[in-house]
Formats: sequence, structure tokens, C-alpha cells
Amino acid sequence: MVHCRIVKQQGRVGLRDWLRGVVALTVVLMSLFGLVSELSADSGDQSIGGRLQVENEDGERVPVEGVTLSIEGEGESITDADGAWSIPVSEAGSFEVTLDPATLPEGVTLRSADRASLEVLVEAGRAKSALFALTSGDGGVEASSGGGISGRRVAQLTAEGLKQGLYLAMASIGLSLIFGTTGLVNFAHAELVTWGQLTTFFFNTYGLAGVIGFLAPLPGPFGAGVHLVLAALLGMVSGGALGYLLDRFLFRRMRRSGVSLIAQMVITIGLSILMRYLFVYNFGAGPRFFKDYSGQQAISLGPIELTPKDLAAMAISAVALLVVGGLLQFTRLGKAMRAVADNRDLAESSGIDVQRVISVVWMAGAALAALGGSFFGLDQVKWDFGFRTLLLIFASVTLGGLGTAYGALVGALVVGLAINLSTLVIDVELKNMVALIVMVLILMFRPQGILGRSERIG
Amino acid sequence: MIGAIDWGIIVSQTFSQAFGTQAVVFALAAIGLNIHFGYTGLLNFGQVGFMAAGAYGIGMAVFWLDIGFWPGILLGIGYCLILALLLGIPTLRLRADYLGITTIAASETIRLLVRWRGNRGRTGAAEGINDFADPFYALNIFNRPGNRSYKFLFFEYRADDLWVMLTGWTVVGLCLLLTWQLMRSPWGRVLKAIREDEDAARALGKNAYSYKLQALLIGGVIGGIAGMFQAIDKQSVQPDTFNPVITFMIWTVLIIGGVARIWSPVIGAMIFWGLISGLEALMRELLGTSIEDELERFINLSVFNVSQVKFMLFGLALMLLMRFRPQGIFGSREELALDDR
Repeated sequence: MVHCRIVKQQGRVGLRDWLRGVVALTVVLMSLFGLVSELSADSGDQSIGGRLQVENEDGERVPVEGVTLSIEGEGESITDADGAWSIPVSEAGSFEVTLDPATLPEGVTLRSADRASLEVLVEAGRAKSALFALTSGDGGVEASSGGGISGRRVAQLTAEGLKQGLYLAMASIGLSLIFGTTGLVNFAHAELVTWGQLTTFFFNTYGLAGVIGFLAPLPGPFGAGVHLVLAALLGMVSGGALGYLLDRFLFRRMRRSGVSLIAQMVITIGLSILMRYLFVYNFGAGPRFFKDYSGQQAISLGPIELTPKDLAAMAISAVALLVVGGLLQFTRLGKAMRAVADNRDLAESSGIDVQRVISVVWMAGAALAALGGSFFGLDQVKWDFGFRTLLLIFASVTLGGLGTAYGALVGALVVGLAINLSTLVIDVELKNMVALIVMVLILMFRPQGILGRSERIG
Repeated sequence: MIGAIDWGIIVSQTFSQAFGTQAVVFALAAIGLNIHFGYTGLLNFGQVGFMAAGAYGIGMAVFWLDIGFWPGILLGIGYCLILALLLGIPTLRLRADYLGITTIAASETIRLLVRWRGNRGRTGAAEGINDFADPFYALNIFNRPGNRSYKFLFFEYRADDLWVMLTGWTVVGLCLLLTWQLMRSPWGRVLKAIREDEDAARALGKNAYSYKLQALLIGGVIGGIAGMFQAIDKQSVQPDTFNPVITFMIWTVLIIGGVARIWSPVIGAMIFWGLISGLEALMRELLGTSIEDELERFINLSVFNVSQVKFMLFGLALMLLMRFRPQGIFGSREELALDDR
């Protein structure tokens, strides 16, 4: 036994251990989600629904009210003030949903006129969404680009950029710190963001114990779903837990047995695909919404309009980021983290427990990413949210300087502001491209990033 | 209980797809990636971007410029060269992972750009471009009225598919020949030297940056040709078919066959598509039997999400392969460009 353990510590981690790690993770993911989705399938009422929205000239998506949608032989629905509609259907199968273009408000048209009917496949017990693409103005091609630069619009876009930047910073810091301490570019980091969003949704909908299917009938906070604030906290905890497990059972073992960083990077890609499709398998492909605060009205603060939930989330993320900064700057552990990121060998030889530091970095980074995911989820919850944001996360960390915590923060704010303000002059659909262009420019002229030190990185 | 499974369909699917049009596309894309990653050590996570460049070259030539199908091939190659220069010039002086991040971002940006509604007149935006490959199919030597199927042994192909396969595998052969000749030339030896130790190659007076850029250009064009065959095979180009998951499938194909081996892309593509199609056929057959209800009840599997299971298995396979046999079936560990630079 003793002999065995020594051999293991020297780094021979076998196929079986590794498989056990993967299986353990898969089981955790499956059991959290699988049972729940089974639960929802049992309820037996399926429907087709959605939200009708259109982009106004400021590039915001606003609900469209009073439009009639119908399914022949099943019923019809008129969109409410949030643009939401839903038609229950009697059985699983394929249905044709028809939008009555005559009921569309003045100036709003279908993006393509032949798409007034959509074929939708519904599974038993699922709410399936059907998306009708609308545009304002004629054709909509030029309608939402430009739109004039007014002080009011600049202020509004700055606020939105700040919001996106703050959330993005939470999602990015972990990636940067993990890179700093281990040298690994974790392509699955975006899935940690989605994980936070989805677990928050599940705690919000099914409650503390309801996540484990058969306990769902319990009352109160256990069975019926907890308040969003508590759910987000729980989501953050499950994010940290997943981060810890990933490090403990996958990456620590690979570091020990000397798997090269590039091989690890490709493995994170495989992990990202595995997790993403586990998500969609259990969560479904359509968007869903948190139970609390979903139809909130925006309030005006001078020239700016934001929903109270976003204001609160912005304040919380600002505080969280300050706390993270303070911890990094002043506590022993924070100093140890920065030391490991700076020079791992030197840190190890001065007595820092590098494995423990890395473990904490994974945990904290994943927890922050999860919280960021919950905040992004205030708009809508979707299985591939993280992946669609990966580009922005990468742009943020590269911009700020790979491996620096403060750099990710600065980079995320710059990216958030840049892409939102860019809609003053370019089409909203293209705003994410700005992030890439900024990133390429930075790589050309200051490859170490805004806050990185100019050492040779070629 | 499982007696109702038709094994004939599964076997037929496996073998047909192993040599089919998708295997052609992925073999070509992987040949390009092999030049990038296998021989030069470039971490290209955006190969699908090159495929999109090639495919849209043809599509836009017919749809927008109206210059016809054949000049579109040149346009596609031109797009690939431009893309390679745009990607390579800022990032090839930097550490490998910067190229990785930039290429994946670039491939997503291309997707966003072509599906932008402002490009409706040029790229067809989200709906894409259809029916542009008639001149190609007009030359079909297998053509029979009604595009009927050919059947032999386990294989079954439509006449159009056979024509794509014949031309496709011929191009694959030519690209393999090109790679083989290039890699045994002095030029190829410099590439491998750069992969092994860039500083040493530089110390010997080789302009590593220029060599890497040339490799990126050549591999990118071959990736573009893969995209053209994808477009021809589907008779359509659509932005969302060029998503990053395709890039990672190409990586898996390359790793299965073995990195830095001439034949590995072909063998990898055959195994990958054979396995994936066989597995999907097996799951669909299982869903047709009496255990369908049990599958639905216990693991929530139905005809709607079979393909998601396919992707999960694919992600898991990529992880396991990279962990335990990164050299693939035929590769050798010595040839792996996996040291940390």
C-alpha cells in the first residue's frame, strides 16, 4: 500500500483513475440535471411559446405587444406587455405556428415575409420556443446602424458597456488567474459561466432539495424553488465546487504525470464540448428565464435607463471585484497566488504550497465565473451562453495581459465599453467583432497587454 | 428484446460514411491542419474559418459577383490567403497560445460577418447561398436520371455523392502528394526544425517567422478547398455550419490518425466518420425497438437528442485520446509538437 502511494505521487496516474475522475464529474453533472429534466417531463403539459421582440433604433430589444399567433386546431395567443406568448398543445409532435402580420404594430415587419409560419417540433412535457424574427423600419438593413450620436445615447451605451464589462470581468478573472498559475489556457472556462447560470436557474426553479428529483414535492425553500439571490449564491457555490473537482480530478493529475500544456489545452476543448452538450441534453435548447424579476421595468437615472436588477447586479459585481482585488493585494493567500503567477519555481522554493494555491485559484475563479453567469442570466438563461461569450472573455484577458488578475478586470471593462459604444457607428449585429479587432491591434502593438510586463513572450 | 435491430443498416451507414463526402471534407481540412500543427507546431483553432473562406469564395462568386462557379475557386483561394496573412502577421511572432486564441476568435468573427444582415446582397446573411454548384454536377460521369443510388456490398451512394467522392478523393490524393514532397524537401525540414526548437532554427539563420507564415498560407488554402467541397456537397453555404465545433472535429480527426504523418488525416477521417455514423445509426435503431420507452424514461434519450449524445461522446473521445494516446494510431510521440513554447 505504502509503495503504491509513493508510486502514485510520482506521477503515474493510470487510465482507471482518470476515467474514474471523468465518470465522477459526468455523474455529478448528470445527476444534478438529469433527474430534474425527468421531473419536468412527467408533468405532461407541453406548449409552444416565445417572446416577440424587435430592435429599436437604439439597438435595444423591445417587446412587441398585441400580436396574434395561432396553431390550427390548438388555439391562439396574443403577446402581452413583455412580448411573451404561449400556446398549449395537446400532444407531442410537429405543429405549424402562424403569426398574423396584420396585427403587427406600425413600422414593425417580419424580417422575411415568407416566415410568417414556423414548423415547431414539441417534445412531451416541454415548453418549446418558436422565434419570429422582426425588424423595425423597412427591411431593417440600415435601420439600426448609426442612428445619430446624441449625449443621451452615449450615456446609455456607456452604462450598458459598464454593465457588460463588470459581468465580463467576473467571468474573465478566473481564466486569467488559472493561466497565470498553471500556464493553461482553459477553453472550458466559458462552460463554467454557463454552469453558474444553469445551476442558479435550477435552484431558483426547483429549490434546495428539488434539484434531486424525487425530493421535489417538499414544501418551501426545499422543493419549490428559492429566491433568486439565494439561488445565485448556491450557483456560485456549485461553481466553486465544480472548479475544485475539475482541478482535483483532471488537471492536477495531468500536471503530475507531466501532460504538456498544449495537450491539456486540447483536453479543455474536449471538456468544453462534453459539458456543453450535457447542458443542452438536460436543459433543452430554448431560452428560459429566472422566476424572480423577469419582467422588470427599467428606471431612469438622468439620461440612463437600467432595470433595478441590473443596477443591483452591477453594484454587487463591483463590490465582489473590489473584494477580490483586496484579497489578492493584502492577504497571505493572495500574495501567494500572485507569487505563483509571477514565478512558480521561485514561489515553490520559498515554501508556498503551489498545489493548494492552484486549487484555490480554480475554486475562486470558477465561483466568480458562475456568479458572472448568473448576472448575465438576468436577461435569459441558455445552454450555450458561455460559449457565445468566449470570444469576449478571451479578448478581455488578452487585452489586459494574460495571467494578470487586474489586467482581466481592466480588459473586460475596456471590451464592454468598446463594443457597446461601437454601436454608435456600426450595426449592432457586428459589435462583437470590435472585440476581436481591438485584440488583434493590441497583439500587434503591445502583445503583453495593458497591464502585462514587457518581457519576451515570443 | 433487442432482436429488432437491423444490423445491416448500421454496417451500411458505417462503411458508406467512412468513405463518403464528409470524410473527404474532413480529410482535406485535416491535411491543412497537419501542415499547421503537425509539421510546424502552429496552434490553429480556427481551421473552420479557412473552410468558410473557401466555401464563400465559390458562393459569393456565383451569388454576388456573378462571375460563375469556376472563377469562384480562385476567389476562395484568394480569401484563404488574405485570411492567413491577417491572422499570421500579428500573431506568429508571439507564443503559440496567442495564435490559438486569435484563430478561434477570427473564425467566429467570419461567421458573424457573413451572417450580418448588411451582407444580405453579398453572402445571403443567415439564410446563406443555395444552388450554385450546377456547373460542377453537370460534369458528373455517374449521372443517371433522377439521381438514383448506386449499391454494392455495404455501400450505398447517390450518383451526385459518387461524383463528389471521386473528385474529392482525387484532390485528397494530390494534397497528400504535395504534403509528402514538401515535407521531405529542405523547406519541410526547416519547418520541423522550427517545430522542435524555434530558437535553434533562428540561430542557424532561418527566418522562422516567414516559414511559419508560408506554412499557414499553404495549410489554409487546403482548408479552404475542404470548405469548397463542403459547399459543393451540400449545394449550399450557411454561416452556422461553420462553427468552432467543426474545427475541433478536425483536430480529433488529425489526432486519431496521428499528428505529423502523411496518411493520418485520411485514416483519421475514415475512422471518425465511420464511428460517428455507426454510433448514431445504432442509437436510432435502439430507439426503434421495444426498449425505446425505457431509454426515454431513464436517460431521457429520444430521437430528438440522439445527435447531442453523439457530440458528448465526441468531446469525451477527444479528451481521452489526447490524454492517453496523443500520438494517435500511427504517430510517434517524438513527432508531437506538444512541448511548451
